[in-house]
Amino acid sequence: MHELPQQLANGLILGAMYGLIAIGYTMVYGIIQLINFAHGEIFMIGGFGALTVYLWMPAGANLLAIIPLMIIGGVICSVAISTAAERFAYRPLRGAPRLAPLITAIGLSLALQQAIWKWYPDAKKDRSFPQFKGEAIDIFGAHIQRGDLFVLITAPICMIALGLFVSKTRAGRGMQATSQDPDTAKLMGINTDRIIVMAFAIGAAFAAVAAVAYGLKNGQIGFKMGFIMGLKAFTAAVLGGIGNIYGAMLGGVVLGIAESLATGYMSDVPGMELFGGGAWKDVWAFVLLIIVLLLRPQGLLGERVADRA
Amino acid sequence: MLILTTVLTTGALTLTACGSRDDGKKSSASDTQTVVIGVDAPITGDLSALGLGIKNSADLAAKTANKNKTVPGIKFVVKPLDDQAQPSVGQQNAQKFIDDDTVLGVVGPLNSGVSQSMQKPLNDASLTQVSPANTGTELTQGENWKTGDKKRPFKTYFRTATTDQIQGAFAAKYLYNDAKIKQVYLIDDQKPYGAGLAASFKATFTGLGGKITGTDHVNPDDRDFNAVVTKVKKSGAKAVYYGGEYPAGAPLSQQLKDSVQIPLMGGDGMYSADFIKLNKKAQGDIATSVGKPVEELDSAKSFIANYKTAGYKDAYEAYGGGTYDATWSIIEAVKIAVAANNGKLPDDARAKVLDAMSKVKFDGVTGPVSFDEFGDTTNTMMTAYQVDGGKWASKLSEAYKP
Repeated sequence: MHELPQQLANGLILGAMYGLIAIGYTMVYGIIQLINFAHGEIFMIGGFGALTVYLWMPAGANLLAIIPLMIIGGVICSVAISTAAERFAYRPLRGAPRLAPLITAIGLSLALQQAIWKWYPDAKKDRSFPQFKGEAIDIFGAHIQRGDLFVLITAPICMIALGLFVSKTRAGRGMQATSQDPDTAKLMGINTDRIIVMAFAIGAAFAAVAAVAYGLKNGQIGFKMGFIMGLKAFTAAVLGGIGNIYGAMLGGVVLGIAESLATGYMSDVPGMELFGGGAWKDVWAFVLLIIVLLLRPQGLLGERVADRA
Repeated sequence: MLILTTVLTTGALTLTACGSRDDGKKSSASDTQTVVIGVDAPITGDLSALGLGIKNSADLAAKTANKNKTVPGIKFVVKPLDDQAQPSVGQQNAQKFIDDDTVLGVVGPLNSGVSQSMQKPLNDASLTQVSPANTGTELTQGENWKTGDKKRPFKTYFRTATTDQIQGAFAAKYLYNDAKIKQVYLIDDQKPYGAGLAASFKATFTGLGGKITGTDHVNPDDRDFNAVVTKVKKSGAKAVYYGGEYPAGAPLSQQLKDSVQIPLMGGDGMYSADFIKLNKKAQGDIATSVGKPVEELDSAKSFIANYKTAGYKDAYEAYGGGTYDATWSIIEAVKIAVAANNGKLPDDARAKVLDAMSKVKFDGVTGPVSFDEFGDTTNTMMTAYQVDGGKWASKLSEAYKP
């Protein structure tokens, strides 16, 4: 079992990335009850935004120095696309039956994927992404790559910043109020349209950070990467209790660790030899989701809401 | 549905109108008859670099045959169609070739999966198909080839690329005998190509006395393989054999190097410059590919020179030489059919060309070309490559005999 710390670390890193993306799902859902299926593509576009900034930089620039610029570039692209999607694809459908914006979201997801495929230079195949040089660092018996440190550091920072924002600022409280009851919030003088745009923007910014982490970790990004990651992040959001921002992070980490452990150990369980491979990890992730939803339909940190349960 | 079919057929006929007009001349006893060779390859999309190389190389073969008057009285024309690497599009293209009476042979496609959808319609139309790139063993030897029950499913299907059965076995032998690695962890992506390759690797490797320290499967769309890599590390393997393609192979190799210093080995799906571009730790990784690098072959010198002279915009890429030979085999078959019919195309030209395929024998770009009873090339030349200093360096070429 001496590789257990390594498997836990693998899962934690993957899970932190899921969690960062899941925040976008959970905030948008918490406020307008829309599952924004195009969020995976917002994540993907953040990656391409960061790559573009990197390609503009002079060759040989120190990666550590330009990472902040890459994050800014990614965030700008993601936020721009996400708020534009809100304005032109979702806002006209506000008040329509819930199925309409959901279908719009799926259509938008495909459109964004195809747009990158068609217009981003060489994006028809995976593009290579810069990576940190240097050896892995040993922490509690687990090898942590330099690139993975990025997500381990940024994820908690993002969470704390978001937590402070929501609880301490005026805009954050407006957000809470809108999520509880949009109509009453409007009567109290809260500009709900602005709050909704803000939710889309914050979710997109976090997705862009996750995309930079994804690129640094895997050394490549591609136009298809948003689909699987988006689906997993959505699962994480539901697992943690959709609408709850801490739940999103917790759901992500639980999901990531479950995947790692299932890949690593499921084949050691007697009778499960056939189901232990890496190809099965998605299966176990969804099995976990079903179990949690059977026992706690509101998710791990979700609150039971009478009319929605 | 009927209307749709009618519209499509009419469209196809309109598109091929030029060919039909030439066809009309045939009866007027003019000296040249036109034979169209269909080319099916991914000309747009992910794999377009390889596809364009196929298209151009086939074109070069036809032009060379016309210039040298290889078949007196016959003018060869190439008709390329784009399959976008998708089986459904490949099937439509097959139908377009079938509907055009002047098409006497089809070169392509690139992907084994696309071939699976084209084989049956072409077979029903007795239209000869020669693929320069398919390595899926079941294409020529049937679904049960793994159990030794070899049965040729389609009499019209031929290829100038050798099979994954030979490729996997060659890889195992190279790793065991030449790279001296005896403990291997086996990973595949569960697609027909990857799984077939891994199965044949495993059979030969264990047969030689090598040890498989563990096996796993991954999802080809995945990019995070750390959990699997941790298992590899625990197993004590000295190398990983991966049955799959480079988009997932590259991050797998890199995560492997991050954790443990052992090479990744794969087949021609990994033998790509993009594998190295996407993977900064590719140094030492090994791949096998079919044939010999054409640059090292004397027989390919004139092909390379002519390709350059013809001024194609795109490189001939990995399958250029094989495509030239595939196209040339059809030209040779037409030659045999025409010679047996007093210098004219026979009426049942497709059937006659197909009959002639088994007699085709010539020295091609990639070496001697002929086909065995399954339609497989008798040239089983394989090459092992290793990443050295940011590019693939050829290590060993040999004609592998299972």
